[in-house]
Amino acid sequence: MTPIHFSLSSLREGRWYEYLIRFALGGAATVFTGLVSSRHGASIGGLFLALPAIFCASATLIEKHEIRRKREAGLTGERRGREAAALDAAGASLGAIGMLSFAGAFWLLVDSSVAAAFVGASLAWLVVSVAAWFLRRKLRSVRRLRNASGPAISRSRYS
Amino acid sequence: MTEYVVRFLVGGVVVSTFAMLGDLLRPKSFAGLFGAAPSVALGTLGIAVYQHGASYAGEQSLSMMAGAMALGIYSVVVCHLLVRARLRALPATLLSLVVWLIAAFGLWTLAGELT
Repeated sequence: MTPIHFSLSSLREGRWYEYLIRFALGGAATVFTGLVSSRHGASIGGLFLALPAIFCASATLIEKHEIRRKREAGLTGERRGREAAALDAAGASLGAIGMLSFAGAFWLLVDSSVAAAFVGASLAWLVVSVAAWFLRRKLRSVRRLRNASGPAISRSRYS
Repeated sequence: MTEYVVRFLVGGVVVSTFAMLGDLLRPKSFAGLFGAAPSVALGTLGIAVYQHGASYAGEQSLSMMAGAMALGIYSVVVCHLLVRARLRALPATLLSLVVWLIAAFGLWTLAGELT
């Protein structure tokens, strides 16, 4: 069974101004990329298509929600908040591989068909990101199994 | 002026959509994939194709590859700052932007020298 699922609880936790902040940051990042491209050329502007401006807001909100949830349960929640934000960052590092595939696919396809470039690049991002996530998950479970069986082997060897 | 208003609205809508999708998905590490979604790129490349044509957007996507590699490095640094240095999310993500800038421009320069 797939471990991926939808949870509506985070939408209930969200405040209206948090969505407004993300909307404004997304808009500002797009305007900023356009300004850089028009002043310094397409090549330098292209770098900023992968600017993690939104990630700062997302990670901060995740930490804040986690801390709020733990405080309601009578705990400080700072460690849990940091861990939740770190998990998000770990996912983003895999998403970056997907973003690299997006850029590569778009570059390869855009001269032949613009529509194919957008569809192909979006699919490349989705497939590569999800595949990287599943691969990491599999590797972690194999490592965990090895670690669990490791001490038993050494015990049997030296006992 | 109208161009930048359109950019702001398109960017805001695309980024918010991906962010909300990330909020809805579990586990958290999977939702993190949406933190590195090409949301700004989708909006910007769409406008670039409309305004300047396919080859301009192609040039942008080529250097976006350096930015994406820098994003991978950035995410790992953020993860370490949160877990090992025990920084809060806001300072960790903001400080790491320096790493992203150095990595992105470093890779972009390196790729320029190799080609």
